[in-house]
Order: sequence, then structure tokens, then C-alpha cells
Amino acid sequence: MKFFLKCDDAAHVCDKTQYKEAGLFDKLMLKIHLLMCKLCRGYAKRNTKLTKTIQSADIKTLSPEEKERLKTRLQDEIENGYNS
Amino acid sequence: MELLNPDQWVDKYADYLYNYTIVRVNDHIVAQDLISETFLAGLKSKNNFKGEATERTWLISILKRKIIDYYRKINSKKGKAEVHISYRDDDSEGDWLEENAADPFDKTAEDKMENRELGLAILECLDQLPEKQARIFKMKTVENFDTEAICKEYNITPSNLWVIIHRARKSLAECLEKNWFN
Repeated sequence: MKFFLKCDDAAHVCDKTQYKEAGLFDKLMLKIHLLMCKLCRGYAKRNTKLTKTIQSADIKTLSPEEKERLKTRLQDEIENGYNS
Repeated sequence: MELLNPDQWVDKYADYLYNYTIVRVNDHIVAQDLISETFLAGLKSKNNFKGEATERTWLISILKRKIIDYYRKINSKKGKAEVHISYRDDDSEGDWLEENAADPFDKTAEDKMENRELGLAILECLDQLPEKQARIFKMKTVENFDTEAICKEYNITPSNLWVIIHRARKSLAECLEKNWFN
């Protein structure tokens, strides 16, 4: 069994951490890897910044139903336009 | 050659237009109406699109006019666009005009505006990703769907999903560093 994470795996755990989906053990292994690996430290820092940036932007989205309504209305108009 | 793809407008631009509109009209229903009207107007004047701007920029220019029209309409209903200030209400101690001026230390409105601009910048960057990647990333990150739900909807495995998320995050970070943080 390999004890230390490879960079690819570290990146994967780091991604999961952004969504709070990494397990405790994985997070510990990531911490250890980050202590040793400057490149991944850079990635982790950037990744966390991205998460914070997206959160602060507070992006609103329309619900699937609302989008469906917009689509139907647009689609009706497209069909009418082609017929007339 | 077709320059515009109205079939894809809702999927590609509805969220962008919504974020643009909601900060300006501050009403969920009105915002949706304006977006719908924008799409319909876009469809009608499809032939005027010369491909000089991107599809999104063009739609935004239509939306801007719709928003202005909306304010004209509600103002004409009231009769006039005036700002009324009541100099005496229960909270004010005197009738100092200063009390009614904007508080320079209250920056929340400005911050909100800036955040909304940031939201638009993020959505613009997402636009440059492959469409499926952008949609999955948005579902996961903005709309907070479960990994499981997304995998089911797109018929992919969790490891597929994480590869997609990883690529999207990398491109998005690069794009934002270029367009927002500089």
C-alpha cells in the first residue's frame, strides 16, 4: 500500500474538499502531501480562492421549470415565425 | 449561414441575463418577463445581427433597452419620475439635510453591485468551456446538486464527474485571473 498521495490524487482530494466531500483520512493525507509538495500547495491555494470567489459572487440561477417556460415560449415563437 | 442559435439561448444565456437583470429591477417575476421579451425581440430582429458582436453581447444590448422601457413605463404610470424626501420622520432629530444623504460608510450596495459583476464575469468564463463541462460544473458548484444526482442525470460515473469538475475549475481559475483579478 502506498502511504503517500501522488499529485494527481492530491488534486482530486483537494477538489473534493472544495465541496466538503473529502473524508477525514483523505484530508489528512492531503495535508501531509501539501507539506512536501510546493506545486500542489499552489494548486490548493488557487482552488480555495476560486471557491471563495464563486461563493462571494452569489450567482443566481433560474430553476429548470422557469427555464422550461422560457424555452416553450421561445419555441412557440420560432414555429410561428417559420409558418407565417 | 446561421449566425444565431435561438434554440440554445435559454440554456446558454438565461442565467447570465437573469443575473444582469435582477440587480437592475430587483423583482424575480419582472426579470423573467424582461428576459422572455428579450429573447422574442431577438428572434424578431434576428436578421439585423451581423455577427460583429457575440450573441450574448447582442442579447444584452436588447435587454438593456427592455429594462429602460420597463422603467419608462412604470414612471409614466406614476406620472412623473420624482424623488420624494420627507424631511421629518419619527427617527430624525432635526431637519438636517445631512441626515438624509447617503452614508459614505455604508458600502453594501456597492459591494453587492461588484459581486454581481463578478457573477457575470464567472458566467462569461463558463461560456468558454465545453458546454457539457460548464453545465455540470454549474450544477455542482452554483446550484449545489449532489454528485449522485448529477451522475444520474448525465449518466456518468463519479470519477468522470470529478475529472470534469477538475478541468472546469482549472480553466475557470485561469480565465478569472486573466479577466477579473487583473
